[in-house]
Amino acid sequence: MNELLAQLREWREAIDRRLPPWWSRALTVALIVAGIVLPFLFAKTSGFTNATIIALAYAVMAVGLNVVVGFAGLLDLGYVAFYAIGSYAMGWLGSTFFFKAHVHVLVHGIANQEIGIHLNFLLILIAAALICAVAGVLIGLPTLRLRGDYIAIVTLAFGEIIGTVAVNGTDIHVGGGMTLTAGNIGISAPDQPYFPGIGQFNGALNLRPFYWLILGILLLVVVINVRLRDSRLGRAWVALREDEVAAVSMGIPLVRTKLLAYSIGAAFGGMSGAFFATYYTVINAGQFQFGFSILILAMVIVGGLGSIWGAVVGGLTLGYVNNYLIPNTFNSLPSKLGLHFQLTSVEFGIYGFLLVLVMVLRPQGLVPERRRKLEITGEIGAEDAQLVEPTATGPPL
Amino acid sequence: MSVDGAAVMSAEGVTKQFGGLVAVADVTFTIPERRIVSLIGPNGAGKTTLFNVLTGLYKPTLGRVLLGSRDVSRARPDQITGLGVARTFQNIRLFGAMTATENVMIGRHTRMKAGVIGSVLRPPWVRREERAVRERARELLAYVGLKPTVFDRLGAELSYGDRRRVEIARALASDPKLLLLDEPTAGMNPQESSSLTDFMRQLRDELQLTILLIEHDMQVVMGVSERITVLDHGEKIAEGEPASVRNDPLVIEAYLGKQA
Repeated sequence: MNELLAQLREWREAIDRRLPPWWSRALTVALIVAGIVLPFLFAKTSGFTNATIIALAYAVMAVGLNVVVGFAGLLDLGYVAFYAIGSYAMGWLGSTFFFKAHVHVLVHGIANQEIGIHLNFLLILIAAALICAVAGVLIGLPTLRLRGDYIAIVTLAFGEIIGTVAVNGTDIHVGGGMTLTAGNIGISAPDQPYFPGIGQFNGALNLRPFYWLILGILLLVVVINVRLRDSRLGRAWVALREDEVAAVSMGIPLVRTKLLAYSIGAAFGGMSGAFFATYYTVINAGQFQFGFSILILAMVIVGGLGSIWGAVVGGLTLGYVNNYLIPNTFNSLPSKLGLHFQLTSVEFGIYGFLLVLVMVLRPQGLVPERRRKLEITGEIGAEDAQLVEPTATGPPL
Repeated sequence: MSVDGAAVMSAEGVTKQFGGLVAVADVTFTIPERRIVSLIGPNGAGKTTLFNVLTGLYKPTLGRVLLGSRDVSRARPDQITGLGVARTFQNIRLFGAMTATENVMIGRHTRMKAGVIGSVLRPPWVRREERAVRERARELLAYVGLKPTVFDRLGAELSYGDRRRVEIARALASDPKLLLLDEPTAGMNPQESSSLTDFMRQLRDELQLTILLIEHDMQVVMGVSERITVLDHGEKIAEGEPASVRNDPLVIEAYLGKQA
């Protein structure tokens, strides 16, 4: 096994050496182009496109959670809260739910005549990000004095609180007979996105526009993350994660830097939540379960904690496993083997198995981040450091 | 002490208690500008605790810490760094998963301006700032005597001596006027200690720095300090020039025990 891996690594390095320096950029462009044309290979409402859209939205959430857990090292078990808040932002600002209001901004067709608040999807996306950023700060504040596991407990509690508020929101009156949420009945039929010059989306007829929309959101979120990672702020997060005392002594403001991680991570979760709301065409309190937080966290860990591309790969992988491989491709597998159950009924068992598998075979994740890899695999042993002690003839850096 | 310039930093009756334990008891002392001042005392005398109070990691239970004429007793560590105080740690606290250069760039954090929006949009001024800070970090690494070949090596991969150097470069990156060194010669041989001693003088003269030093190596202390404060059981038991402190009976007693 190890010999095989070593051989593979050798081959890869040999390939790397022969490729011109621009190849990674070219590969990125090729991947994006492939991503754009992908839905043309499938029917307009194919199940695969549907699963891909959901997987991409998961990836957006995983990239967002990665800011909090991966970059800043704050274990957040309540990320579902931002899924909920982002979804409700969509429900509040883009449906007939607040029926006493009559607000229409850049919307089209039936949404333009209906009662309620109807903002353009882009505005809702921004609003969801902003509302979640504020919520992220509020949830972050009480965790500032805590470390490690205790942060996890507090965030977990907040996730549960938001979920419970969503269920019981039917009793929270906001005036005029309107309530905060529709609880388990759900806010139905939020507006489908409309963009002037592009047109009205209709999920029942054609899923492709949704696909391109979420692909665009994912690319935007990834670019923002890459830039943040390689910035003053990104360095400050790593420093805080590694050694809080040293970091604050070197002039990094603890509260501000941590809260920024929470609120930026939350904003991405909110964007994805708003997208999910319009895509699923319902905002039901039952969607916002604790298990969802764990699912997103699993994506981050499987992909490689702290790695942006890892979060994307982890999100897509578990997204496909969750929405395609288990319910579609392999669901009838047990019955073919003469067993009387469906694969969907053991999906948590499958996740668990996959997680254990990844942790045993590749604890640093599928696409590990350089720093984390060193932290986890402990490759920087004392002896190694001695062996590579600089000499005048050492490799130029 | 009329020859001394203005006090860069001073402690006025600083007491730090942890529950029932009094780690620092009513200590008053000043650090005059452009001097090398040492803080000595037996193990557990409260030297590092006092350091942590001065840098804002601990808040004094009683008393005040003044930076110039400004009361910083309640200020946060990052604010104090911003006001021109930098430090190193007894047990070197480099960021192991960051390169030597990145470690020093962290030290510059408080002098940089790029925020979230700036970092994401990367306008020309942010790019310039980032480049300038990277260059400055490499200059500082060269200044403390690191070989260019290890500039991009991770903190955890550096040799012990190099880690000490990077830590000093990281502290210098914030353009401090006061540098606090917590046992910088720990684990060094006499030759290395003596070159560090020279380096401290160089820092003071070239960068107009004031240095507060915690040190166990008496040769270093007596050689480099212009003024020494001695702590024992959290209390200041002596203060003055090396020659007078060396012969102070209280100091001898604290270090060697009472004569039977």
